[in-house]
Amino acid sequence: MSAAVSAPSGMFDCRDAYVGALEELARNDNRIVAVVNDSVGSSKLGKFRELFPNRLVNVGIAEQNMVSVGAGLANGGKIPFVSGASCFLTARAMEQIKADCAYSEQNVKLCGISSGVAYGELGATHHSIEDIAWLRAIDKLTVIVPSDPWETAEAIKAAAAFDGPVFIRISRMPVPALARPEGAAFAIGKAETLREGGDVAIIANGTLVHRALDAAAALEAEGIAARVVNMATVSPLDVDVVAAAAATGAIVTAEEALAAGGLGGAVAEYCAENHPVRVKRIGFPGFLPTGSASWLMERFGLTADGIAAAARDLVKGKG
Amino acid sequence: MGESKEGMMGNPDISPSVSTDMRASVAKRAENVRARANWMRRRLLKMIVDAKQGHPGGDLSSADIVASLYFDILRVNPKDPAAPDRDRFVLSKGHCTGALYTALAGAGFFPEEELDTYLKPESRLNGHPNRAYLPGVETNTGPLGHGLPVGVGVAVAGQIDNADYRVFVLTGDGELQEGSMWEAAMFAGHRGLGNLTVIVDCNRLQQGATTEDTNSLEPLGDKWRAFGWDVVEVDGHDHAALLAVFDASAEPRDKPRVIIANTFKGQGVSFMRDQVGWHHGVPNPEQYAQALAELDAEMSK
Repeated sequence: MSAAVSAPSGMFDCRDAYVGALEELARNDNRIVAVVNDSVGSSKLGKFRELFPNRLVNVGIAEQNMVSVGAGLANGGKIPFVSGASCFLTARAMEQIKADCAYSEQNVKLCGISSGVAYGELGATHHSIEDIAWLRAIDKLTVIVPSDPWETAEAIKAAAAFDGPVFIRISRMPVPALARPEGAAFAIGKAETLREGGDVAIIANGTLVHRALDAAAALEAEGIAARVVNMATVSPLDVDVVAAAAATGAIVTAEEALAAGGLGGAVAEYCAENHPVRVKRIGFPGFLPTGSASWLMERFGLTADGIAAAARDLVKGKG
Repeated sequence: MGESKEGMMGNPDISPSVSTDMRASVAKRAENVRARANWMRRRLLKMIVDAKQGHPGGDLSSADIVASLYFDILRVNPKDPAAPDRDRFVLSKGHCTGALYTALAGAGFFPEEELDTYLKPESRLNGHPNRAYLPGVETNTGPLGHGLPVGVGVAVAGQIDNADYRVFVLTGDGELQEGSMWEAAMFAGHRGLGNLTVIVDCNRLQQGATTEDTNSLEPLGDKWRAFGWDVVEVDGHDHAALLAVFDASAEPRDKPRVIIANTFKGQGVSFMRDQVGWHHGVPNPEQYAQALAELDAEMSK
């Protein structure tokens, strides 16, 4: 792998990258509109509204209507970015996502904001950890879980250029900007190998990618060479990269979502049928106890330590 | 199609006065729509008999409304079905494909012979409309409560663009028990979508019983008015009245309009008319022969 370009330091809220990309797109293409459910603030679209007052459609607190209106706007030639808290956007409007966007093959972009356990203490009603499993089951819907500001912005631009329904899961949990090789480019459906290694492969996305890189660094000190794959696109899955990961003989998946059904489910399904290999899935088990987002991540092992421990176990198990 | 746009002035609710010339013209257009609707009824019954399933009750209650739109009102072109400035028609009561498919075929969106494939394996004529299969379908409906919200989205796009096209949505009355319809109705009222016209196929029957016995809709007009809509009532089987209302609805306005079309499920076939049992169902050979005879007699009136 070519030399990594140094990334800006500090921690970032990916919503800023999202709205920055959306404003840039909207400046150059008047088909771009934002559709929100009283979520201008939580989606950070206040500046967008100032810049393009005619292109921010606020349906109020009505998620089903928000998604259907998005589908209708697409029918009318717009490129709508439908933006709301991921827990409500997905669960409340699931049939609208299925029928009006995916089955109708409408050019709608669904942006799930504050996804995962960002709303920590607010509880399981406000956690969006089932979303990836639910959406992955819907045909013709692309599902992207970006890992950092650069990838968030690139995913938004790629979704705008792509003709079809796309869900982009946007976190508000602070993440670092990842160092990437010179010339790195984002492509829908293409996984990104951020670190080579042949003893075990860690396949992660979203807020778990930087934790996976930290885990790999710790494992290296123990003599374990861990590959780190950023699987930003969960659907369609980059099966070639999963097949190559399976060749290491051990796969750990990691995501800020249910361990069942999401990225871990996708990888496990593919491997069980095509490349049987030991897989350990890191994620949440179900409805979660009260606690902050960071506490929940620690409590359920969605950490560099948790990933490293899982990888270590699998490597030992290879005998 | 449907270049005729002379229109009557104002809200027919308020000012039903129409000039004699316009009345004559509407009568001529209505005769065309009547013949088309009669053909649709005969053709969709054949489809249902051949397919051994279907929703004849709602197909027949909506046939005159759908015929009025496709054979007179809508500015759509089957040779350019995705033209950006086309009028949109959304069948929110997506199960009434007998009415939609016969209208689309009659209007030239696909060959009439293809109606014989209705519900057969790999047919483009699915039980509910699919826009990826068939030109002229705007959005895939079937689950109730979707077509109006999508239609509202199209109308918002038209409003943003100050476009000329109009959006028509046909809903069932039972469908108005879906909460998503009222989310959309509230928003359409809020946005003042004057390019939007909703027609409620108000046959007062849902799948298993009357709407009033199930979860009552009345006072239905007041509900729409409270959400910021113009409300017009019409006999949904009177072609001249339907055309007059649609013409009037083309006048510039700053409110969405709902046309509550009073209809009968199974209209045109005596033993189906106003019978809840014919929501689904397939006529037997004797019933089918009787239905065709009745429709032939109606046409020759």
